[in-house]
Amino acid sequence: MQSRHTTGLKLFASLGALAVSIGFAAGAVAAPIAPQDVKIVDHKIDASLTGAAGNVEAGKKWFKGRKAGNCLACHENSDMASEAFHGEIGPSLDGVAGRYSEGQLRAILVNSKAVFGGETIMPSFYRANFGHRIAKSFKDKTILSAEQVEDVVAYLKTLGE
Amino acid sequence: MELKNKATVSALGVAFAALLVPGLLAGGEALALPEGIETVKVAPTSKDHPLDEILSGWHFRSPETQALQEDDFENPAFLWVEQGEELWSTVEGAANKSCSSCHDDASETMATAGANMPKWNEALGKPVNLEQQINHCRTERMEADAWKWESTQLLAMTAYVRNQSRGEPVAVQTDGPMKPWFEKGKDIYYTRVGQLDMACSSCHEGYYGQQIRADRLSQGQTNGFPTYRFKWQKIGSLHRRFKGCMKNIRATPYKVGSDEFLALELYTAWRGQGLPVEAPAVRQ
Ligand code: HEC
Ligand code: HEC
Ligand code: HEC
Repeated sequence: MQSRHTTGLKLFASLGALAVSIGFAAGAVAAPIAPQDVKIVDHKIDASLTGAAGNVEAGKKWFKGRKAGNCLACHENSDMASEAFHGEIGPSLDGVAGRYSEGQLRAILVNSKAVFGGETIMPSFYRANFGHRIAKSFKDKTILSAEQVEDVVAYLKTLGE
Repeated sequence: MELKNKATVSALGVAFAALLVPGLLAGGEALALPEGIETVKVAPTSKDHPLDEILSGWHFRSPETQALQEDDFENPAFLWVEQGEELWSTVEGAANKSCSSCHDDASETMATAGANMPKWNEALGKPVNLEQQINHCRTERMEADAWKWESTQLLAMTAYVRNQSRGEPVAVQTDGPMKPWFEKGKDIYYTRVGQLDMACSSCHEGYYGQQIRADRLSQGQTNGFPTYRFKWQKIGSLHRRFKGCMKNIRATPYKVGSDEFLALELYTAWRGQGLPVEAPAVRQ
């Protein structure tokens, strides 16, 4: 019963992916899921936030960009050895794709607190308006857009063993 | 002529400092401490202190930055200290007085004041920090206008007065009427704010000593303020620094001189209780 249910879900998911890729080809991408609608189950978010796969090169840019993810502020990453100043606050992200599935990586980015606990220093990149005294220019905004999260996920997946 | 003199004295000063100033072993390297400072590390004095070692921000800076602070002739912040010294004996206001009319020789009368701020002020029914006390004296005793926050004059006078207390261990009152202010400051220190959702403690308690991109995190101690920053290309107040840290995490900062920052100043001073005053420090 359960496995049939899962198969049904899988079929649905691949149909969804098909629909998205058709939509993408036609230049009509569906709106990404809103931050408040994202559900994290078992520390994972299996479906892409946009319905499409991210772009690795763009992901690199958001990863190091100080005004984007600024992941390098806290994480070392040998793949970016040419960049000066890697942070030491979090663990090195070398080989991170071997430690976490795509769905887990997405959940960590979307809401680090739901995965690591409320005390973590790592920001939640796809949550809006949960905090206090958020500066006006950042009200109602997530740190990264859904597309940017997907791009970073795609990039992290290239950091294998 | 005067400048040349200073350069000679400065070179001599460095040589002497290397010989005489007690060394601090950091990363296997003995470093000279800032003039008039015996240590940049002390043990917490109270049981409920959140840190097991209290370290001045100096400890975390690069050898080049440290070297600039070691010597008063090299330290760019001394331009402001010198200006403060001039203002100390400048008569201003309807009462026809200068600071020195009442306080005489600052090296004696201000030898501890800079280590004990913020301090309870009975007349105002609230604590005052150094900037506020200076302005209080200007408006109430000199009948002169208050200096604007972050103005050259207020920064210069704050740097001058606090420099008189250099080497004196930070000791602020936190009980009695100061208690609610201390608690409020503590609350602000541990409350997460901004789009990045961080508290002061997230960085300065949890990760001091670690690299956050190009910066090495310190404990966010306040004994060096006002501080010359390369980034500012001038000296700046503690409240300006608080504001900067809040802006970096995309929070709406409190206002300089506000009750919130005053409470935070009291609480952060307590976190550095016992550290010698180092003002004016040099930072990146
Ligand atoms: C302010 C610091 C900070 C920033 C910025 C930050 N992280 Fe983290 N990250 C951490 C910390 C700390 C941990 C470890 C979990 C913990 O202790 O809370 C972590 C854990 C992780 C992990 C799990 C690593 C492992 O091996 O367990 C991943 C993946 C990750 N971060 C990715 C990212 C990405 C991608 C970005 C940028 C979009 C980012 N982080 C930005 C601090 C940060
Ligand atoms: C007419 C006399 C008078 C003048 C002029 C005056 N003050 Fe004061 N000052 C006082 C008195 C009295 C106090 C004691 C606290 C209070 O009542 O404010 C004081 C306290 C202080 C303190 C706190 C000392 C401590 O130990 O806590 C500082 C710092 C200070 N003054 C700085 C200044 C500066 C800087 C100026 C010049 C801009 C100045 N004062 C001008 C009378 C004066
Ligand atoms: C994202 C991390 C972060 C947060 C959160 C943060 N700061 Fe900072 N702060 C820094 C960095 C980086 C510096 C510069 C290097 C250093 O001294 O730590 C700094 C410097 C300081 C300094 C100067 C220390 C010195 O010796 O010159 C003080 C004081 C300070 N912070 C207080 C605070 C307070 C109070 C808060 C909360 C309102 C706060 N910080 C929040 C990162 C942070």
